[in-house]
Amino acid sequence: MATIDGRFLHPGRAAGPVLVLDAPLSFWGGTDLSGRIIDRHHPQHGECVAGTILAMRSGRGSSSSSSVLAEQIRQGTAPAGLVLAEPDPIIVVAVVVAQELYGRSVPVVLVPPSRFASLRSGLPARIGGVQQGGQP
Amino acid sequence: MLRGEQGPAVAMAMRVVVGLAEVRDAPRLVEVTSAHIDGCLFHGQVGLDFARRLLDLGGRTRVPTTLNVGSMDLLHPDLVRADTPEHREIREQGRALMEAYVALGARPTWTCAPYLVDARPALGEHVAWAESNAIAFANSVLGARTDRYGDFLDICAAITGRAPYAGLHTDEARRGQVLVDCTAIPAHVLTGDLAGALLGYIVGLRVGSRVPVLVGLPSTTSEDQLKAFGAAAASSGGVAMFHVVGITPEAPTVEAALGPLAPPAAVETIRLTPDDLRAARTALTTARGDHLDVVSIGTPHASLDEVAQLAAHLAGGPPLSERVDLYLSLNRSVLAQAQQHGLVTPLEQAGVRLVVDTCTYVTPILRSDARVAMTNSGKWAHYAPANLGIDVVVGSLAECVASARAGRVVLDEGTLG
Repeated sequence: MATIDGRFLHPGRAAGPVLVLDAPLSFWGGTDLSGRIIDRHHPQHGECVAGTILAMRSGRGSSSSSSVLAEQIRQGTAPAGLVLAEPDPIIVVAVVVAQELYGRSVPVVLVPPSRFASLRSGLPARIGGVQQGGQP
Repeated sequence: MLRGEQGPAVAMAMRVVVGLAEVRDAPRLVEVTSAHIDGCLFHGQVGLDFARRLLDLGGRTRVPTTLNVGSMDLLHPDLVRADTPEHREIREQGRALMEAYVALGARPTWTCAPYLVDARPALGEHVAWAESNAIAFANSVLGARTDRYGDFLDICAAITGRAPYAGLHTDEARRGQVLVDCTAIPAHVLTGDLAGALLGYIVGLRVGSRVPVLVGLPSTTSEDQLKAFGAAAASSGGVAMFHVVGITPEAPTVEAALGPLAPPAAVETIRLTPDDLRAARTALTTARGDHLDVVSIGTPHASLDEVAQLAAHLAGGPPLSERVDLYLSLNRSVLAQAQQHGLVTPLEQAGVRLVVDTCTYVTPILRSDARVAMTNSGKWAHYAPANLGIDVVVGSLAECVASARAGRVVLDEGTLG
């Protein structure tokens, strides 16, 4: 199983099938509470992010996305971990809050664009190795 | 604060603020003088859990804090429908969330337009505001400094009085990045009440999250027009700051708005024409035909001037059609001022339904069989089709009132010249 390492924006360990998004996704208005992509304009409309290692180049959209992602973590329908190529405050606030409230850690790792481009949907991968940054 | 010497709620809030500061590569935190909180609108159990955890830990806002719209109109609770289990959950949980934020020390302003209450930070003041239109207004029209804050971080900034020194708190990020030339649009179009919404929609689409510098707007451009512009530009794009040369405080000249590193000739220029405004109206209008069920005015919440304009349009004319519900959304503070000015009774007698504390597109208010709604707001038109499952028509205030009277959509091609 491939290991994805980089700069941890939030620490933790996760494993699951990789889902590489072809376009940025707003969790608010773009996904439902079961983790399904409901944005009709999104190329992966209908796919499900729950339990995946979700690779998205950058975040997009409303700051209410923090609430939706944190609620998915509460309900167990969130991605297992997230891989970004650009830092995204909305995603990081969501995982920090879910950690505070429910003790559930969804790691967020920032990788260089070249590493991001090498990721392929469907292959199993693991996040977690040398950890830095974020709050324990 | 992180170590807990000011209590566990401050420590928890500070962990969230510091977590964001690390992501933003902020060199330090900055003290803020006020906060505006968007987290009081119900999106799920997690929002209530978070507010109650802070409350249980003894959390209390330490700077003056205003609250955005909630899921309930607490003055007219029957306006929000209770006909399905999901709606009843929104009513009950939404009210509990609103009560939790008041218990944390925030003021029950319940408005997306805190700048229409008495919360108007001064030029250069650092604040932590959420709600995209309020962020754009604070940065652009007031010259206060806030980055784009949202759920959770907003209350954490209010409890700690700190925010990451990054983004629009810094001089560099506030400088204009793209020029928008409006000189080809006739003055009578730019002074109309639809110009702000349509210009904002186009500019948001074209500039994304960059800082636009508008050139050629008339010196009479009002705060209400800037409010409509910012709300639309923050919906179709990610605009959190804009300059209007000769009008907004950090843009006395084009050069001042762009800053010393970007001579105007080297900056991308977007030239807009009346055709662009007509195309924007067509793009935002999803309804076909003239069927109409609802008219919604007041997104963002109406100012006293806007309430007076609606009252003036309604005075002395034919009655509103019984087939069309006309809603006006506004905050408690403006409602009280409107009452003092004798505006509320004539509006109610004309059949206008007043909505306070919330808005018609974020909670179930419109009747369940409504299919087509008309609005003069670019923001409402952008979000309502997905939020409510309805089609929209964009029209000026005059067109909205004429349509509400006729019981069908009536547009005036002269509106956009």
